[in-house]
Amino acid sequence: MTTTILFTVVSLSVLGLLLALILYLVAQKFKVEEDPRIDDVEAILPGANCGGCGYAGCRAFAEGCVKADNLDSLYCPVGGNDTMKSVASYLGMEVAEKAPQVAVVRCNGNCDSRPKTNHYDGYSSCAVMASLYAGDTACSFGCLGQGDCVVVCNFDAIKMDPRTGLPEVDQDKCTACGACVKACPKFIIELRNKGPKNRRIFVSCINKDKGGVARKACAVACIGCFKCQKVCPFDAITMSNNLAYIDYNKCKLCRKCVTECPTHAIWEVNFPVRVPKKEEEPVVEQ
Amino acid sequence: MSRTFSIGGIHPHDHKISVNASIEDFPLMDMAYISVSQHLGAPAEPVVAKGDQVKVGQLIAKASGFISANIHSSVSGTVTAVEPLPDISGNLIPHVVIKVEGDDWEESIDRSPEIVKEVKFSPKEIIDIIAKAGIVGLGGAAFPTHIKLSPPPGKKAEYLLINGAECEPYLTSDYRVMLEYPEQMLIGTKIMMMALGVSKAYVGIEENKPKALKLLKKIASKGYKEIKVVSLKKRYPQGGEKQLIDAILHRQVPSMGLPIDVGVVVQNVGTALAVYEAVQKNKPLFDGVVTVTGGCMTEQRNFRLRVGTNFERIMFAIGGFPKDAVKLISGGPMMGKAISRMDAATVKSTSALLLLTEEETRRGEEGNCIRCAKCVEACPMGLEPYLLNRLARAGRTDDLEVNLIQDCIECGCCFYSCPSNIPLLDTIRLAKGQVLKIIRSRPKK
Repeated sequence: MTTTILFTVVSLSVLGLLLALILYLVAQKFKVEEDPRIDDVEAILPGANCGGCGYAGCRAFAEGCVKADNLDSLYCPVGGNDTMKSVASYLGMEVAEKAPQVAVVRCNGNCDSRPKTNHYDGYSSCAVMASLYAGDTACSFGCLGQGDCVVVCNFDAIKMDPRTGLPEVDQDKCTACGACVKACPKFIIELRNKGPKNRRIFVSCINKDKGGVARKACAVACIGCFKCQKVCPFDAITMSNNLAYIDYNKCKLCRKCVTECPTHAIWEVNFPVRVPKKEEEPVVEQ
Repeated sequence: MSRTFSIGGIHPHDHKISVNASIEDFPLMDMAYISVSQHLGAPAEPVVAKGDQVKVGQLIAKASGFISANIHSSVSGTVTAVEPLPDISGNLIPHVVIKVEGDDWEESIDRSPEIVKEVKFSPKEIIDIIAKAGIVGLGGAAFPTHIKLSPPPGKKAEYLLINGAECEPYLTSDYRVMLEYPEQMLIGTKIMMMALGVSKAYVGIEENKPKALKLLKKIASKGYKEIKVVSLKKRYPQGGEKQLIDAILHRQVPSMGLPIDVGVVVQNVGTALAVYEAVQKNKPLFDGVVTVTGGCMTEQRNFRLRVGTNFERIMFAIGGFPKDAVKLISGGPMMGKAISRMDAATVKSTSALLLLTEEETRRGEEGNCIRCAKCVEACPMGLEPYLLNRLARAGRTDDLEVNLIQDCIECGCCFYSCPSNIPLLDTIRLAKGQVLKIIRSRPKK
């Protein structure tokens, strides 16, 4: 009885040791040489695996950082400048600071200003809806409101506002990874600079129809009237296809265009409440 | 014995409630809104401007590019604008807007009711006339007919099939054409046979249209021996090109291939009539037979409707929008498109206007896939819709291509048969578009 147990234990131990030795030798022989820095860089990164950097995930981005000669074209939008600085200092490289960005929804046609002309009862997806027709309002450019951007957001930063039927971005949670920009079939969402003190001005409309058509479809549409372009002292506003666009690099946040816009399509965010002047109508903060 | 295609298919109730309504001329409208993009391919270029006087049948937009078609005025009057207006999907497309004044036709159009039997043109002349007349496939896709009738070099047509299946529920426009213009339609078929240089043609008609079958068989046996009228079993989507070829000739069109790859050209009954009118009567395509039907309507109608009539006008003509109707569909209930704008106008390929009640349009609540494989059984292309749906939602375009999503004909059999109401067609159609884009962007070998 004892000899049987002894024999079993010894033979299995010898077999185990032998196999372990083989595994060890094979692992040594076919070892994949990997830069140990990749692991360290990956540890610095936020680990969201959102793909906002353009790489498949954080590991791929870390590999890209280690292999790159300089970090100019690499940027982790989730970690931002702090993370990039840590990565650069670890790798002994320099990195230029980038202005933090945030996603903005360039449509402000809510249920009141952009009345519904038909009722969509199909599958609840913006992509499917856009493949079928122009939308349930007279504006063929505006938000479809089915919430594809909400579904793709990894950071819980976009929510549909049930009051307006439009998505709303939480600027503190938004990391500017760009997932919503890619998901929107109407190309409404844009990444813009957050701006000093998070203050920014943008045209909240992408309707390229002629003024009359756009206005008829939506009360707050950009009608391409050129008023904002004329009033802008910094040449930040360009007009194309009946639509104004504010270049956030040139905009100095003077807010002249906001008051000038006859349809209130230009939005100001995070500005203090304006003190109404005598001759001007008070403008309500959006 | 009736023939039918080999795999898949469904048997929806046919609801052909407008069968007995004979074709009536639609009262002349006040304004015509004629789109320049009524066909597959490049939009036509308008050749008229604001203030021009036009006659019925006058060219108002010229084909631009290889796949395109001419557009002719359907009314006489003054052009008041050439501007972008919404089509039925709400997309803005340039329209020629004409204020109707009288009904003054081009003198070259033969408006007499006599049937001209003798064809005195060569194949090349016939194709030129068809191209000039702006004829497009009236089965739904609106592909320019003259291109279909000129097979690419190296390919030869053996048979011409005329699609009189009308497998979509509700629609009766093709049926009425076969009953009321049988001989004209057969002459049109003969003209297309001459253009293609084929000696055999088949007209496929489903069994639920016995009158049309009998009538066409009688006329064909008298003067048109080369045209064979065959009876088909009632089954959807028999009117699909690939299904019709399978049903009549038992030939299989290869994946991503065209009917011409198996030596066949398929045309619709309505197209055959349009070809007859263009070649023998010199009348370009500017009108068509449109069924206006729905269970909620007191009176079912089949109109001969001019292109560019807006839907509000049609509603007015049938005595106002029925109270119960909530959804309007251009085309049949299976493949038709919902109309999102009442101010949009009809186009050449509009075959029906279907009014549905809330009860009829209701979508069931989506459930989970229970792996019953009813969609696989129903798919006439032999695809696996449940799998395509899952791959499509995951965005796996490579796997979708391996599973031949590009062969989907968007007939909707899968969605129809799904007991869990999964919107299979919606997701598959979207992914099919993406996959086709990827395939087309590849460099050609």
